[in-house]
Amino acid sequence: MIKDRGDLERAAAAWREEQKKCGLKVLICAGTGCVAGGSMEVYRRIKELVEAEGLNTLVDLDKHGDSKKIRVSPSGCHGFCEMGPIVRIEPKGIFYTKVKPEDAEDIVEITLKKGEVIDRLLYRHPVTGERYIEEENMPFYKKQKRNVLKNCGRINPEDIFEYIGNNGYHALAKVLTEMTPEGVCQIINKANLRGRGGGGFPAGIKWDSVRKENSEIKYVVCNGDEGDPGAFMDRSIMEGDPHRVLEGMLIAGYASGAKEGYIYVRAEYPLAVKRLQKAVKQAREHGLLGENILSTGFSFDIKINKGAGAFVCGEGSALTASIEGNRGMPRTKPPRTVQAGLWGKPTLLNNVETFANVPDIIINGAEWFLGMGTPNSPGTKAFALTGNIVNTGLIEVPMGITLREIIYDIGGGIPGGKEFKAVQIGGPSGGCLTKKHMDLPLDFDSLEKAGAMIGSGGLVVMDEDACMVEVARFFMDFTQKESCGKCVPCREGTKRMLEILERIVSGNGTMEDIELLEELAITVKTGSLCGLGKTAANPVLTTLKYFGDEYLAHVKEKKCPAGVCRALKGYSIDPEKCKGCSKCSKVCPVNAITGKIKQAFTIDREKCIKCGACVSTCPFNAVEEG
Amino acid sequence: MLAGTHSQRSFKRVNEIIKANGNQKSALITILQEVQEEYRYLPEEILTYIATVMGISPSKVFGVATFYENFSLEPKGKYVIKVCDGTACHVRKSRDILKALRKKLELKEGQNTTKDLLFTLETVSCLGACGLAPVMVINDKVYGKMTPDAVEKVIDDIIESEGIVNDQR
Repeated sequence: MIKDRGDLERAAAAWREEQKKCGLKVLICAGTGCVAGGSMEVYRRIKELVEAEGLNTLVDLDKHGDSKKIRVSPSGCHGFCEMGPIVRIEPKGIFYTKVKPEDAEDIVEITLKKGEVIDRLLYRHPVTGERYIEEENMPFYKKQKRNVLKNCGRINPEDIFEYIGNNGYHALAKVLTEMTPEGVCQIINKANLRGRGGGGFPAGIKWDSVRKENSEIKYVVCNGDEGDPGAFMDRSIMEGDPHRVLEGMLIAGYASGAKEGYIYVRAEYPLAVKRLQKAVKQAREHGLLGENILSTGFSFDIKINKGAGAFVCGEGSALTASIEGNRGMPRTKPPRTVQAGLWGKPTLLNNVETFANVPDIIINGAEWFLGMGTPNSPGTKAFALTGNIVNTGLIEVPMGITLREIIYDIGGGIPGGKEFKAVQIGGPSGGCLTKKHMDLPLDFDSLEKAGAMIGSGGLVVMDEDACMVEVARFFMDFTQKESCGKCVPCREGTKRMLEILERIVSGNGTMEDIELLEELAITVKTGSLCGLGKTAANPVLTTLKYFGDEYLAHVKEKKCPAGVCRALKGYSIDPEKCKGCSKCSKVCPVNAITGKIKQAFTIDREKCIKCGACVSTCPFNAVEEG
Repeated sequence: MLAGTHSQRSFKRVNEIIKANGNQKSALITILQEVQEEYRYLPEEILTYIATVMGISPSKVFGVATFYENFSLEPKGKYVIKVCDGTACHVRKSRDILKALRKKLELKEGQNTTKDLLFTLETVSCLGACGLAPVMVINDKVYGKMTPDAVEKVIDDIIESEGIVNDQR
């Protein structure tokens, strides 16, 4: 039981003392990505071997006290998912990638016993071929600034003492014993922490509004319904450092006068739910949640709600409706959530990453936070970097970094020597950015000007092979399915927009369609009730703006420049190259190819089923797609 | 024994679930989730039963059950395969994975569950494991960096492991 601030500090000191006694610490990534790659098997093998060798271990840190030499422990996500499963060896900082269970023996024999590095498990730069031993020097990590993610991959997320030992819950102790609720709101306001869920609304103003509301009952709600396709920052925080989220919520509870908190997590994140449940249980057991926390008279408790699969529940009022056990549908505002949210009571609702930023701001002060990022968007932002990029994974960078730095320095560029075409930022609510935006600083305001938004922080990179009309269709398909149906502009508008886009990709689009599409997009944007509809048109509007020529090619020439849209694919034979060998006509399953031997053959496009058999058969590369 | 028979059901397990979650309306979604875990779908008579016990109108219970994507009113297979079609997986050709699975499981147009109720095939929008795209999940186990050949092998392995306990296929 941690009864007061002194107890907390003693627990942290005891843990640090414990660490000094340890020689080596082996951390195996237990994030969703690495687990899928078999990291738990690696963990079991290393643990078994270390135990069998009698290398005194302290596995699963439930028991503190004995002095031990080597510890084996699971950790949260390192972010470098492309290279998983990842094993780190502390304090040397050795970083092994793509570790398989059969590598466990070598790790124990060579690294743990002899202290030598295993060359084949080190990260190798795909272009330069250079090997890196420590994470800090890798290009992927070099430009990053990991604040919110600093514990992810370095501590065992299922052990509260690991968090406490790394200054965890110290910010809570500080606000409860030294600050007034008003003072806390002021610091958050001064630091200008803006909502990391995508909206960018100043958290300090929100907190203060809830604080000023006159109500016996208030709530703090954490939005962990990260539904954007291509985004997984919140998941990694919840899985890798769950106590940081709890601490942020506790501080928000104290600042706003709430006694109850809810975390709403997507059902698709079972591991995050499990880790949060464990964290809540441990925090209760040790007196950091519940009645009279740290003997200061402050009481706060947290419940976890699992979503049931509705993208719209990421919207505040739909999320609270879902917690209440209703269909997750947004409502008209005002009143805003801060006045009447969950069960009609004043509610402070922030995203996971926003809460995770709070403890460090309290400990280090607003000035420290303002020292990172840009004046209007201070601090860092976590992004999920995916798609056609060499290094996929989770990154955290100062706001205001350019796209170029993210894609080429951190992301390692486009695989296969292909050309960069676009990046989709902020999921279905965001937009596409192009080559000309390469040097645009990524922050809330400059992205809004470009017609996109930071959104939750998904960055999906696309190379020259992507068809932007198809990308727009893909997102429209998503939003149309996820539209809750409450308001007409979104329910009907997205449906019609999808129909038009489907017509265009199937080669039946007209010029009027493009005009109507743009008109509809603007109507849906202006007329919809909530953020889902208001932003649904962004992918369409940005692709129309930056890739209008692709739309025209689909409509006018009935061609897909990227060769993606099947309906527009067609084959023809280049008479210059064709030697008239007849091989193609023999493999054609529908007899669409005719001609005379030693003369150029032709393909009947009406008959052709676009199977591509002729392409691979032709010895002269005479069959062309397009 | 499949929980899909519409004969006399015992509501014992449902009662336990309702009791454990308290009889408040706000617990409805959690209760439906747990009932679905038990039966692999939400049988109609259980929905009406829940409504009666909780004192909510059946239309509201059906409204909630049909609003959320994770609830199914149709029986599902023992293995639910979710193929991710989020942006990152889409860009890395998740459609081919889906095609390979439909072919392997011999699913006809509009059919998502195999006749023997062993497999159900679904697409989901982003499972959040984009670093491993394309991804599929079978009953919470994540399979990353899938290829059409790899999914076939996964299915074969499952069928083989099932064959040991029952040889219905």
